[in-house]
Amino acid sequence: MPRLNNPRVTLAIIAVALVLPLVIQNFLTFQLTLVLVYAIAIIGLNLLTGFNGQFSLGHSAFYAIGAYVAAMLMDKADFPYAMTLPVAGIACFVFGFLFGLPALRLEGVYLALATFALAVATPQILKLSPLEHWTGGVQGIVVNKPEAPFGLPLTEDQWLYYFTLLITIVMTVLAHNLVASRTGRAMMAIRDNPIAARSMGINIALYKSLTFGVSALYTGVAGALGAIVVQFVAPDSFTFFLSISLLVGLVVGGVGWIPGAFFGGAFVLFVPNLAESFSKGLSGAVYGVMIIVLIYVLPTGAAGLTRAASRWWRAKA
Amino acid sequence: MELLLQQILAGIATGTIYACIALAIVMTYQTIGHLNFAQGEMAMFSTFLAWQLIQWGLPYWTAFALTVALSFAGGVLIERIVLRPIHNAPVLSHVAVFIGLLAILNSLAGFIWDFNVKPFPTPFGTAPLIANGFIDAHQAGMIAVTILLLAFLYGFFRFTRVGLAMRASANDPVSARLVGIRVGWMAALGWGMAAAIGAVAGMMIAPIVFLEPNMMLGVLLYGFAGAVLGGLGSPAGAVIGGLIVGVVENLAGTFIPVVGGELKFTIALAIIVAVLVMKPQGLFGRPVLHRV
Amino acid sequence: MTPLLQVRDLHASYGSTRVLHGLDFALEEKGVTTLLGGNGAGKTTTLRALCGMIERRGEITFAGRSIARASTEDIVRMGVAHVPDGRGTFVRLTVEENLELGAITRRDRRAIAADLERVYGYFPILQKRRSQQAGTLSGGEQQMLAIGRALMLRPRLMLLDEPSFGLAPRVVQELFAILSTLNKDEGVSLLLVEQNATVALDLADHAYLVETGRIVFSGAARDIRQNEKIRRSYLGY
Repeated sequence: MPRLNNPRVTLAIIAVALVLPLVIQNFLTFQLTLVLVYAIAIIGLNLLTGFNGQFSLGHSAFYAIGAYVAAMLMDKADFPYAMTLPVAGIACFVFGFLFGLPALRLEGVYLALATFALAVATPQILKLSPLEHWTGGVQGIVVNKPEAPFGLPLTEDQWLYYFTLLITIVMTVLAHNLVASRTGRAMMAIRDNPIAARSMGINIALYKSLTFGVSALYTGVAGALGAIVVQFVAPDSFTFFLSISLLVGLVVGGVGWIPGAFFGGAFVLFVPNLAESFSKGLSGAVYGVMIIVLIYVLPTGAAGLTRAASRWWRAKA
Repeated sequence: MELLLQQILAGIATGTIYACIALAIVMTYQTIGHLNFAQGEMAMFSTFLAWQLIQWGLPYWTAFALTVALSFAGGVLIERIVLRPIHNAPVLSHVAVFIGLLAILNSLAGFIWDFNVKPFPTPFGTAPLIANGFIDAHQAGMIAVTILLLAFLYGFFRFTRVGLAMRASANDPVSARLVGIRVGWMAALGWGMAAAIGAVAGMMIAPIVFLEPNMMLGVLLYGFAGAVLGGLGSPAGAVIGGLIVGVVENLAGTFIPVVGGELKFTIALAIIVAVLVMKPQGLFGRPVLHRV
Repeated sequence: MTPLLQVRDLHASYGSTRVLHGLDFALEEKGVTTLLGGNGAGKTTTLRALCGMIERRGEITFAGRSIARASTEDIVRMGVAHVPDGRGTFVRLTVEENLELGAITRRDRRAIAADLERVYGYFPILQKRRSQQAGTLSGGEQQMLAIGRALMLRPRLMLLDEPSFGLAPRVVQELFAILSTLNKDEGVSLLLVEQNATVALDLADHAYLVETGRIVFSGAARDIRQNEKIRRSYLGY
């Protein structure tokens, strides 16, 4: 496995992550926070695709649900922002599990199709006029930016960054443990050989739906965090193109490698900005080319690169 | 009653477009066993080409024919260049590449022709077909063009040797190679034809939904719904499925408050999920054999 | 005279599993050669390797040209018709369409029409079922269809993979009588893979015994038929 699993490397990275917002501008801190948010969502997608072999083009829907649950709770029920995360996560788990039940019978390309339809339909559902009272319709919902608690001498952006970092670390460790557990091995067995998995007594239906639920939970928590960080939710932020972004992040980071999500998150946040600075609308082309090229030359994404680099490093040492 | 009839006819008219897209999807599915998520964007791009040709002063039908030919060539090229290298790769790679294509075409269209909504001409006019008629001339024209297209395709597959070779490749690629058919090229041809069919659909729907890079996302969704409803293994089923979806969409829009108007995509979603779960082979398809 | 088909040191594998370990054999023009052996000996693999359906290594010359690197489609176009394991019926197409596909690489339409009638002459049952979906045919009928389809190519060489498999003895007899006619009257060379050694040796003039990817014995079919030791140890009758 890549060297990133080495505890010393991990600690060094966390240390850098802790110091970084103290030395960079607020806007960059804000952007880094979003990188972490996307990374959580991509970890969710990776649990489903990379470790369980199911496919989803519909994770923008779960991200949207998470975001809206958080925004509505804060806007209508005066929920403390931190408390919206578990609620958003549970809501998405339930929704993902329920969507996963029928989707169970769908394999490969059919699942991709059903989730594609879900992603395309989501913005319309969010705009639905009878729900406007809660969702704010096309306008969406604006939420307040939380301040640092306990009188900590941090700007709002810095505080949100640390808050998100904490959640990210917890979620990453949990995902790591999940994958390494018996459950994780069952998930991978289903991915690699469903028939053998069944004959080993693994309840495929249950595990697949559960994985779908957990995957949605991750993405929903990311959505809630995203709503808090961006301070705004609106239907058109959660179109099919968000699903594409998450897919790009997954492929760039490496399918089946959890730390890859951070590379994926950074790519998804920074590359479109870079491309848009050249010409409006070019980010899609960059995404598309990136996906296709990676599928051809580096199907393992950043995971493969890191692995190659650490091999090279060891060979040199 | 009159309203009902009128809505059914209007539904059939838009249904022909869904039928074309569904047919294109099924043709690709039959040749390579994957759903082309970029089919809609390919059609959108073709429609922009047609718009550009008309802007340059070409007469409508010349631009139409040229667009169909260019789209055919484009489809063949995409298969040869983008898909051939991964034809043995797993589903994930295929879906990812299709999504990549979708993103590229969408963004390229916006880059070249910008994201502003553009009107697209109709060669049939928009006057009512007959005095106090149920549908207008463009809708009638759409239906006529689709019927011609279907008749042409039927003849091609039924009576020509290339058509026979394509059907054989779809039925059993290994045996097809054993009688000397170049199966890879048949797939490319299938892609070309699917792209051409999509181009026709795009040019027919554009006067109604207007021209912009995102115009086909919804149409594609309905096309998928139609294809799934009719059965991914059955081209004729896909056409009927597309028509049914068009009629359902129109009736729901007229007679079901809120849901019909604001949740049109959700109706497509519901159709897709319901059919896939309850009758995965569709209404007219053969049972899909799963290799686990 | 150089043989029509000459194979030297043929190796083949499925993925990492090597199945053929250096086969040598030859087939004379207008001859009938049979490869005999049990299940898993590598007979089917040999035929697949010959027409480029799987990875292979070695020398293969057909009619004086090397086909070791040629694609399946090109080998077919040179006049090699393969009647595959499992018959390779296009189940969703009609019987007549299946036959037309046999001649899909030919351009001489009139001759094709004549050949269709000729095939119907050999197999009248196919004419009766011409517009039926081929998937609805019985096993024996599908075998006839497969041979008829191969004939539509006007092949110089036919590769037959266990044509007797799963058929009633009477049908097998009928089929082999027709194969014999094809060979004698039309000069089609046959490479016949069989587990049913009795019928194969009756038809063939030369035979090879294949075991675990190697040729263990070769000789005139007549000699093998009369060699009790070989019959006992390799053919089990």
